[in-house]
Amino acid sequence: MAKYIGKRLLYMILSLWLIVTATFFFMRIAPGNPFTSEKQLPPEIEANLNAHYGLDKPWYAQYGDYLLKVAKWDFGPSFKYKSQSVNDLINEGFPVSFILGLEAILIAVAFGLILGIIAALKHNRWQDYTAMIIAVAGISVPSFIMATFLQYFLAIKLGVFPVARFETFMHTVLPALALASTPMAFIARLTRSSMLEVMSNDYIKTAKAKGLSQGVITVKHAIRNALLPVVTYMGPLTAGILTGSFVIEKIFGIPGLGSHFVTSITNRDYTVIMGVTVFYSIILLASILLVDIAYGIIDPRIKLAGGKKGE
Amino acid sequence: MEKILEVKDLEVSFQTYGGSVKAVRGVSFDLHKGETLAIVGESGSGKSVTSQTIMKLIPMPPGQITGGKILFNGDDIVPKTDKEMEKIRGKEISMIFQDPMTSLNPTMKIGYQIMEGLIKHQNMSKQAAKQRAVELLSLVGIPMPEKRVNQYPHEFSGGMRQRAMIAIALAANPKLLIADEPTTALDVTIQAQILELMKDLQSKMDTSIIFITHDLGVVANVADRVAVMYAGQIVEMGTVDEIFYDPRHPYTWGLLASMPSVDNDDNQDLAAIPGTPPDLTNPPKGDAFAARNKYALAIDFEEEPPMYQISETHFAKTWLLHPDAPQVEPPDAVKKRIRQLSSTFKTPVLVKEDK
Ligand SMILES: Nc1ncnc2c1ncn2[C@@H]1O[C@H](COP(=O)(O)OP(=O)(O)OP(=O)(O)O)[C@@H](O)[C@H]1O
Ligand SMILES: [Mg+2]
Repeated sequence: MAKYIGKRLLYMILSLWLIVTATFFFMRIAPGNPFTSEKQLPPEIEANLNAHYGLDKPWYAQYGDYLLKVAKWDFGPSFKYKSQSVNDLINEGFPVSFILGLEAILIAVAFGLILGIIAALKHNRWQDYTAMIIAVAGISVPSFIMATFLQYFLAIKLGVFPVARFETFMHTVLPALALASTPMAFIARLTRSSMLEVMSNDYIKTAKAKGLSQGVITVKHAIRNALLPVVTYMGPLTAGILTGSFVIEKIFGIPGLGSHFVTSITNRDYTVIMGVTVFYSIILLASILLVDIAYGIIDPRIKLAGGKKGE
Repeated sequence: MEKILEVKDLEVSFQTYGGSVKAVRGVSFDLHKGETLAIVGESGSGKSVTSQTIMKLIPMPPGQITGGKILFNGDDIVPKTDKEMEKIRGKEISMIFQDPMTSLNPTMKIGYQIMEGLIKHQNMSKQAAKQRAVELLSLVGIPMPEKRVNQYPHEFSGGMRQRAMIAIALAANPKLLIADEPTTALDVTIQAQILELMKDLQSKMDTSIIFITHDLGVVANVADRVAVMYAGQIVEMGTVDEIFYDPRHPYTWGLLASMPSVDNDDNQDLAAIPGTPPDLTNPPKGDAFAARNKYALAIDFEEEPPMYQISETHFAKTWLLHPDAPQVEPPDAVKKRIRQLSSTFKTPVLVKEDK
């Protein structure tokens, strides 16, 4: 197991290096520089600025510097906000985004599973149809429309939740719901079809032939096996929640990493764009590793390579 | 001998988009304590549906028991609810399925899959159940059972999985074991071992067995009596000797003639039964086998044959046993095995249906 994780970490570092390199060069190819939007800078000042941020060096020197710094977990200063480093932005924005993302994932997984399981157990009955109508709605309505919809009805009309900002738990509910709606719908559909598939398996008949009740069969025999495809979806789910958070944080005025990221793009704040991209990549790679480990735990047939061999 | 199971005029159908499939059409048989009844017949003849109906394992809907009774120890299980059936399944009646590769839960330890029934039916503690699971594994001939209880199905070979299935089925000492083609998916040497094991355990536990197969070779080895099924009906039933040495139904002749056997070594062709079984959505008028039967009489296309009794234990559903029917010769492969059995009645007796 340790060997397996070590090997995976090595691959992660390799992927990260590729990502850092790619972002670095894409940034350079993109036209304009961080100072273009400001009014006509005198050439001396611009040269000074460039020298200050190391932009006057040849590209390979810049690239080498950047790689070194990233390896030391230093993403450099923000080009736009003089007093802040990219690390500051991440340290400040990430906890907020993390809470929002985690809440959204919990909502998506919990409700997705419940809807999917009910739909499968009540296959072709009204419960099934209701759950699937909710799921289709969840998939077809984009999160930003869901967000405005929730704001309008639950916040403005009914006043149950605050419209925006991120202070108390109540503030987190609407953005988390908006963010969760699409993945929840996906999980519901995935769970349903996976449950239906599992319930038609021979071993379910074996379990029934043992005299186990429907409840025990569902909980002990069906759900665990039905969960496998859902676990596989957790990687893409994390990615979806990350990208979804860019928009949702903007709409709800949440000072998270996502909204910093969006702002940094319009500002051409290179170091922030690169730093946050790398940071997001780390989170994604880590979550994929976690998913694979979880998969190995749930399904005994999958022996994580390099792990202890069962005879 | 004590009757443990009586199936009377059982009818089962499935509601499908194409109409109602009449999978079982008036099946009657009984089973004594400690006896093994083999049910043979082509694919789709309703063997699995019949046996699964005895445990009410067919999916309902689309399945439906449209008629008949299933008396288990004199108690009709047809009207029983799922909750009531849970006390019978696994405890009184157990089942072994055809494919050991798919009938065990891949993500649950073998030991726990055996323990479940013990915990449910015998109120055992987890420790006691685990202890018993180890015993059961060694009883079904799995070496190093202490280690094997903690393994998952993928760590077992096909034959060992089927042994584990037998351990699961026998965990709670059932009175009736239904084995639905338990050896079909296994290779020949393993088949023989599993059959030996089942016979051995049966003599130890005095269980009755319903053994489903389409391999007549296996039948001679394990069964006391044989029921031949065709298109949802039992067309002939008798002791192993009666079915092998004095078969009366043309379908049984066909099955016997198509059976490869060691003593059949002269260059006799294996005669496959021509044609395919009828569509059970619209079963044909008359005898369901008539269209494939070269001995069919005109009446076979008009009216369903009644059951005739040839001996105390031997029954066949064919017009050929009618006193006015022409004498026909069975195919050569069958004719040369025919023997005069002492128990045979002078003439076949029409079985009156008591409806
Ligand atoms: N769930 C179901 N829905 C519809 N029809 C079914 C269902 N289960 C069985 N049948 C039909 O019932 C008939 C009998 O099937 P059954 O499985 O009992 O055959 P069998 O004799 O066991 O065949 P095999 O040797 O292939 O196992 C078939 O025509 C089959 O199509
Ligand atoms: Mg079958």
